[in-house]
Amino acid sequence: MMLKTMKKKRADDSYCLGIESTADDFGIGICTFEGEALANVISAYVPEEGGIHPREAARHHAEVADKVLEEAFAESRIRPRQLSVIAFSQGPGLGPCLRTGATIARALASYLGIPLVGVNHSVAHIEIGKLATGAKDPLTLYVSGGNTMVAAFDSGRYRVFGETLDIALGNCLDVFAREAGLKQKRGLSFGAALEKLAADGGTLIRLPYTVKGMDMSLSGLLTASVSLLKKGKYKLEYLCYSLQENAFSMVTEVTERALAHTEKKEVLLTGGVAANKRLQSMIQEIAGEHDSKFSVVPREFALDNGAMIAWTGVLAYTHGVVTPIDESFVKLRWRLEKVDVSWIK
Amino acid sequence: MDKVTEPVLLKKGAEASLFLVDWHDKKVVMKKRLPKKYRHPKLDEEIRTYRTTHEPELMHEAKKAGVATPTIFLVDVKNSTIIMQFIEGNQIKQLLGNVSKMERETLCLKIGELIGRLHEYGLVHGDLTTSNMILDAEGNIFFVDFGLGEKTNELEAKGVDLHLMKRALQSTHFQFAEECFSAVMRGYSKISGGTGMKNVLDKIREIERRGRYIAERRKE
Repeated sequence: MMLKTMKKKRADDSYCLGIESTADDFGIGICTFEGEALANVISAYVPEEGGIHPREAARHHAEVADKVLEEAFAESRIRPRQLSVIAFSQGPGLGPCLRTGATIARALASYLGIPLVGVNHSVAHIEIGKLATGAKDPLTLYVSGGNTMVAAFDSGRYRVFGETLDIALGNCLDVFAREAGLKQKRGLSFGAALEKLAADGGTLIRLPYTVKGMDMSLSGLLTASVSLLKKGKYKLEYLCYSLQENAFSMVTEVTERALAHTEKKEVLLTGGVAANKRLQSMIQEIAGEHDSKFSVVPREFALDNGAMIAWTGVLAYTHGVVTPIDESFVKLRWRLEKVDVSWIK
Repeated sequence: MDKVTEPVLLKKGAEASLFLVDWHDKKVVMKKRLPKKYRHPKLDEEIRTYRTTHEPELMHEAKKAGVATPTIFLVDVKNSTIIMQFIEGNQIKQLLGNVSKMERETLCLKIGELIGRLHEYGLVHGDLTTSNMILDAEGNIFFVDFGLGEKTNELEAKGVDLHLMKRALQSTHFQFAEECFSAVMRGYSKISGGTGMKNVLDKIREIERRGRYIAERRKE
């Protein structure tokens, strides 16, 4: 469960605790104001079968919260009273899950008498990627179970250049893996199981490839893949391989389009699907092609996690952002480009 | 392919590289879709072949619809290369931020009208951005880069086409995205009529709602 500990604390540091609860992961991270993650504890909700049921996931979060919190404090070796600010993921995400995290955040902030900061989950994925890799002003491909977008900073906000027109990349892979009867285990996601199978399958099966400008559509690809799977004509390895090849080529093509358009000198790959080696190699290839520096978020910060919320909370708080309790309602569809990013000049 | 002299790289795009070359005493653009190493070779070849044959066809059709496009001189499918007329002018992308509000409106009205003509004729461009539009010295707007286009009369495809235009304005010309898109739609309605415009606007909204995390999806 314990994912990351970096350097030990320094006495004069200020600390931020971040709570992540947008979907199936409940995470608590503690960061120093200098950007050291002292603790990053995640508890994943794994459904018996099927996809994420928002209320079941929220119940899981509420059940594990005190244990995760305790573990985070133990790992960071700081006491609650040493915290300066509480950050939480305010959106976008699933309502019941977000509300569980927000409730805990409000309770902690009021109890400790310290400020609260609502953080945008997508911004947090980008900021932790930048912190962990040292990227300064990257074009970011953010791919996860709920999001697939290509974004870059310009004039006060992260602008979205491309995104999926329907389902997210991680969702596409997860649904296929589930249909194929692959098992999600603790520590091994559907995506990882699929990647393993795909690594063995070298025969490319023709599947839909849908790029529209800098956007892409993945639902047609998923439907076609599942329908071929049900026919049982092809080896599962071949299908996994072909699904990955098509889906990743599509996101890579739109990323390259955005890269040629923005002419950014860095490319950052972040989010849960960033852990996939094949996708990493593709994005690295196009970054090199355009003389841009490629970086990928380390595994421990790739999935939804509390440390990214804590760190983004630090950035926001130190640049004058606080969220009064009566404005701390969750925002289920809070888009990336709606967030004022005051900490980048 | 006939002989060309010392290609000068005009633009290294994501999909293709554009070279300015002398070809039979004429300055022309050579568009070359180079293999993409990240893609599986078979998938890569399929995509490049399809787009190389498809693009000139659509550019020709666009002319019939009343939308200016560079004239195609030669298509070399084996080398994924197209040789076409060189349009001297400025990308709309460069212009929009550097002209007066009125000129901007005039340009966007005109762009909307051209998109309307394509759609009425049963074509979608597939990559409507201000980088893919060039204004020449005579004031004509040329549309380029039809590789992702389609022959279709479906409202869905037209909606996506305009949704892409809107998104391109929001990401690249965020300072005046709204006024620009509204002018584009007014220009569009000159061709498609009020009902045509309303239908496609409804479709755009539907497409946006389908996407992830759109505020208008429902009241919270």
